[in-house]
Amino acid sequence: MNRKERFAALEQIAAERIVILDGAWGTMIQTYDLTEADFRGTHFPEHNRPLKGNNDLLVLTRPDIIRDIHDQYLDAGADIASTNTFSGTTIAQADYALEHVVDDINIAAARIAREACDAATAKDGRVRCVAGAIGPTNKTLSLSPDVNDPARRDVTFEEVADAYKQQARGLVEGGADIILIETIFDTLNAKAAIFGVEEFYDELGERLPIMISGTITDLSGRTLSGQTVEAFWHSVRHANPWSVGLNCALGPKDMDAHIRSLARAANVRVSAYPNAGLPNAMGGYDEGPHDMVRIMEPWAAGGVVNLVGGCCGTTPAHIRAIADAVKGKSPRKTWTCEPVMRLSGLEPFTAAA
Amino acid sequence: MTSSNPFANFIIVGERTNVTGSAKFRKLIEADDYAGALAVARQQVEAGANVLDVNVDAAMIDGVKAMRTFMNLIATEPDIARVPMMIDSSKWEVIEAGLRCVQGKAIVNSISMKEGEAAFLAHARKVRRYGAACVVMAFDEKGQADTAHRKTEICTRAYHLLRDELDFPPEDIIFDPNVFAVATGIDEHNDYANAFFAATRIIRETLPHAHISGGLSNVSFSFRGNEPVREAMHGVFLYHAIRNGMDMAIVNAGALPVYDDIEPELRDRVEDVLLNRREDGTERLLEIAERFKGGEKRRDVKDMSWREKPVGERITHALVHGLNEFIVADTEEARLELPRPLHVIEGPLMDGMSRVGDLFGAGKMFLPQVVKSARVMKQAVAHLVPFMEEEKQRSGLAAKPNGKILMATVKGDVHDIGKNIVGVVLQCNGYEVIDLGVMVPCETILETARREKVDAIGLSGLITPSLDEMCFVASEMERQGFTLPLLIGGATTSRTHTAVKIAPNYRHATFYVTDASRAVPVMQKLLSDDDKAAFIAAEKIDQGKVREAYLAGQDKRPRLSIAEARSRAPKLKAEGVVTPSFLGPRPVEVTLDELAPFIDWTPFFASWELVGRYPQILEDDIVGEAARGLYKDARAMLDRMIAERWIAAKGVVGFWPAARDGDDVVVFTDETRKTERARLHTLRQQMEKGPTKPNYALSDFVAEEGDYIGAFAVTAGIGEEEIATRFKKANDDYSSIMVKALADRFAEAFAEWLHAKVRRELWGYAADETANIDEMIGEKYRGIRPAPGYPAQPDHTEKTTLFDLLDARAHTGMDLTESLAMTPPASVSGLYFAHPRAEYFGVGRIDRDQVEDYARRKGWDMKEAERWLAPILSYERA
Repeated sequence: MNRKERFAALEQIAAERIVILDGAWGTMIQTYDLTEADFRGTHFPEHNRPLKGNNDLLVLTRPDIIRDIHDQYLDAGADIASTNTFSGTTIAQADYALEHVVDDINIAAARIAREACDAATAKDGRVRCVAGAIGPTNKTLSLSPDVNDPARRDVTFEEVADAYKQQARGLVEGGADIILIETIFDTLNAKAAIFGVEEFYDELGERLPIMISGTITDLSGRTLSGQTVEAFWHSVRHANPWSVGLNCALGPKDMDAHIRSLARAANVRVSAYPNAGLPNAMGGYDEGPHDMVRIMEPWAAGGVVNLVGGCCGTTPAHIRAIADAVKGKSPRKTWTCEPVMRLSGLEPFTAAA
Repeated sequence: MTSSNPFANFIIVGERTNVTGSAKFRKLIEADDYAGALAVARQQVEAGANVLDVNVDAAMIDGVKAMRTFMNLIATEPDIARVPMMIDSSKWEVIEAGLRCVQGKAIVNSISMKEGEAAFLAHARKVRRYGAACVVMAFDEKGQADTAHRKTEICTRAYHLLRDELDFPPEDIIFDPNVFAVATGIDEHNDYANAFFAATRIIRETLPHAHISGGLSNVSFSFRGNEPVREAMHGVFLYHAIRNGMDMAIVNAGALPVYDDIEPELRDRVEDVLLNRREDGTERLLEIAERFKGGEKRRDVKDMSWREKPVGERITHALVHGLNEFIVADTEEARLELPRPLHVIEGPLMDGMSRVGDLFGAGKMFLPQVVKSARVMKQAVAHLVPFMEEEKQRSGLAAKPNGKILMATVKGDVHDIGKNIVGVVLQCNGYEVIDLGVMVPCETILETARREKVDAIGLSGLITPSLDEMCFVASEMERQGFTLPLLIGGATTSRTHTAVKIAPNYRHATFYVTDASRAVPVMQKLLSDDDKAAFIAAEKIDQGKVREAYLAGQDKRPRLSIAEARSRAPKLKAEGVVTPSFLGPRPVEVTLDELAPFIDWTPFFASWELVGRYPQILEDDIVGEAARGLYKDARAMLDRMIAERWIAAKGVVGFWPAARDGDDVVVFTDETRKTERARLHTLRQQMEKGPTKPNYALSDFVAEEGDYIGAFAVTAGIGEEEIATRFKKANDDYSSIMVKALADRFAEAFAEWLHAKVRRELWGYAADETANIDEMIGEKYRGIRPAPGYPAQPDHTEKTTLFDLLDARAHTGMDLTESLAMTPPASVSGLYFAHPRAEYFGVGRIDRDQVEDYARRKGWDMKEAERWLAPILSYERA
């Protein structure tokens, strides 16, 4: 089955039912209690910086674990496997002085996900797609690193766009079917990602679907860079995404109002993969599968979402519970929106028709 | 704007941030006065601009740089950035620079077919890729369109190219059919306004969803210097343009002209000109134009009423709204009103910042606003600094900062608002702050700390992985031999996490700083030679309590089976074993005089319900006075207690050969280790701590062979009850309570003193230990002295074994009550473990399987076991 056929199958699934995404990477990786040696593997024994915590690297040094986690999520019901590449850009890997292995990371990550999906499909005949995951990087284009110099930026749009372009290339080479731009706390970074991915698509001569997922960082209902959900949607609509949604930072309860506003504003599929609640005092997450389902099941029943999954703190048990809860529920219907100019600053601005 | 106004559904694009239309703005940009430029932008938005037009095209301006700088600055000004931007330039590279800085969906102004279709489409494609709408000028290879026909023709061609070639969304296309100056004296120009109106109507009718925009100021170009006439021309032009379908215009948002408000004679003559109704229109307008010149200018609609409030409220308003326009003047005014410059900071400025903090906490302000408030704060403080310096000079004090603190948001985290606020507040209080910004790797932090010889390191973080990074920084500080205090703050950090996870990595001071207001007192104490040690020690004790409480409260976590928990025991081998100087129990005598220096006063104040650490509590704003009085009385009584020997201190200490046997410790009668003298039972942690972390029981700290254990029981309560009763009878409850509280402190001091003597001398495994009293209170030494009934061994009944081993009754007169409380009340007992890896821990909740096992070992039935262990059962008793 080639990419086009797989994606056609996913579209078919999305038309019939709610699509299931997978859950957290970090949370699962933590359970393996890995050491510096695991992260180094045989690839980087002499590397001059500590590598523990560089989760993306595990696709090279502990592919067995990454595969195992994919298998667990796919077994729990995920239709889409997202790659373990949250920090798979030259910008994020610069912290570890590992810019040069970014291509290897993305290709390997997508390949492992591809193999896991294909193996799962071979088992039960249900098609799974690989979403090449693109994270926010650790630098923001809208915020100054220096309170005394608010015009300063640590990084340029071009640098961010180029880094994303390179990441997208690796992910697609490794077998990704979709590009997922996720955990967007600065919309300008996401716009650079869209720009970079589109540049890569020009190069590829083919346009893979793009999924977009923003992050509302606190109860003010804004992204870290200050946008409302609707303003955010206006800012990324031009990517013509296959889906738009929210993930991370909040648990289902706190995300509820925001995902509903997004669902009202956006005329494409809506995805939601919240955290297992807010972090507790110890940085862990307390919400069990049942807690999450209690809020998320009404999203499915109420036609708010097309895709659901989990972010930080969620495990295969959460995904299984979520998949069970939304089973048999109809996906949200999309509509054709009125052709009026929709602009945004931090807030949306819609011109009269 | 009200709903009845003629501009409903009309998009107002603020034009004052356009250098081609505003000389003032041009001069600000040329002079790099971006604060002034932002004030112009803010004025436009406050005055009702829906979109902000930014144009920096001028000969003396580096357009790319100026556009980037201004857009980046706007991004940090939420009350400006809330509206979409119109990026306006005739240079593509300037437009692109602007597009790379805006997170919202902007409008490009403009692109055209001036350089042919290919260039036009290339630019349009880019506009789309950057996610913007765009203005298309009626301009082609032949030039700018001046007639209705040319305007319509060019716009129609552009529209179809965009739709057919690029599928450009039609609603994102805005045509600018060119507003040209009229009344120029050149006849060909007289119909320019009419041409615009006509083209507007046709385009709106024939090109679906497209918009019409234009810059009004061009039309009145001939009347430069005569604002009233220009405004009238704009008003009339807008009126007709809107009626023809124009739905957007670039105007001075604060001075939006309203057709009906225009003086009728002027309006008529302007209308004649614009609609080209009379040949002498221009002359007739010129005739009356002079009369209107210098007339009252329309006031900007910005609400300035806050300027009339008292200075304190003005400062709060400026901080909350991030307005720096008046802050220096207001700060100066406050300075003149208040006795000292510092009072301005401590008073109005801090009041304003706490308001900001409240609003932020309540979700009514968001991040960029708070950053802005901090900036206004800094400006205010900067104004005050010279005055404070001068004050210091005058008073003969060197202008030296109070101390130097390095602050950083840890690697992996971009959040720094809390840190910035703390930084500002510290600076306001005379500390030098080195702020390394966000995403700072550990090594950079530590290198800088060394190089800059800072007095403390402050770490901040908001996202959860930052917590681990903070632990890492703490452990690196330990490894690299740092002794600086480490301060922890940020949204996900907590007192619990700091105490449980971070502090244990670093033997020196680690403080959780709740908020900015707490940062200053913490720094003050940490940098005070007098208070530092005790302050740190007290914090360590508090953290120990937090750890205990946390460990005890881990009930919600899954329990391991006791077998699994045992498999995760640390399985310690004998290490650094030293034979005690004697075996068996021996009485200890000590005078109160010797014990007094070992008293930890902080719990003494707590016993009087005065919360706070000694000695800082004495200076506390709220309880300080009460604490000082209490302390004075206590010291006086203490002196009498010692001099008049009110109470006596007695103790017993013993050592025995011992060996671990599972979760028990076997105590032997002698070195032959054949005869079991007693068996101490311990309980094992059953919480899931992760496979790499051990689940402790106290027995772990005794090796399976060749090891020893110690025990002690001390009291400082001999005679306590008599004295207390005597006071009570004399109706002196105060002294009655005081003597008990002091006896308690003496008992604790006795335990502390004895433990030191045991480590250094009686057992002697740490003969060269040099911990001072504060370090002792902070438990910075090898070995532990856990007591039954406390978190490491919650079973009080073990005291019975302890008392039996020590023959405590005979040696000290101490006894146990039915419920195993010690008498006299001022008593302490416990076990001594000398293993280098021995540490305090909390058993936490235990499961039924361990209770069953423990009951078997103790010879109890389940009911009795569950009764004694009730507080730590993970399940409901039957």
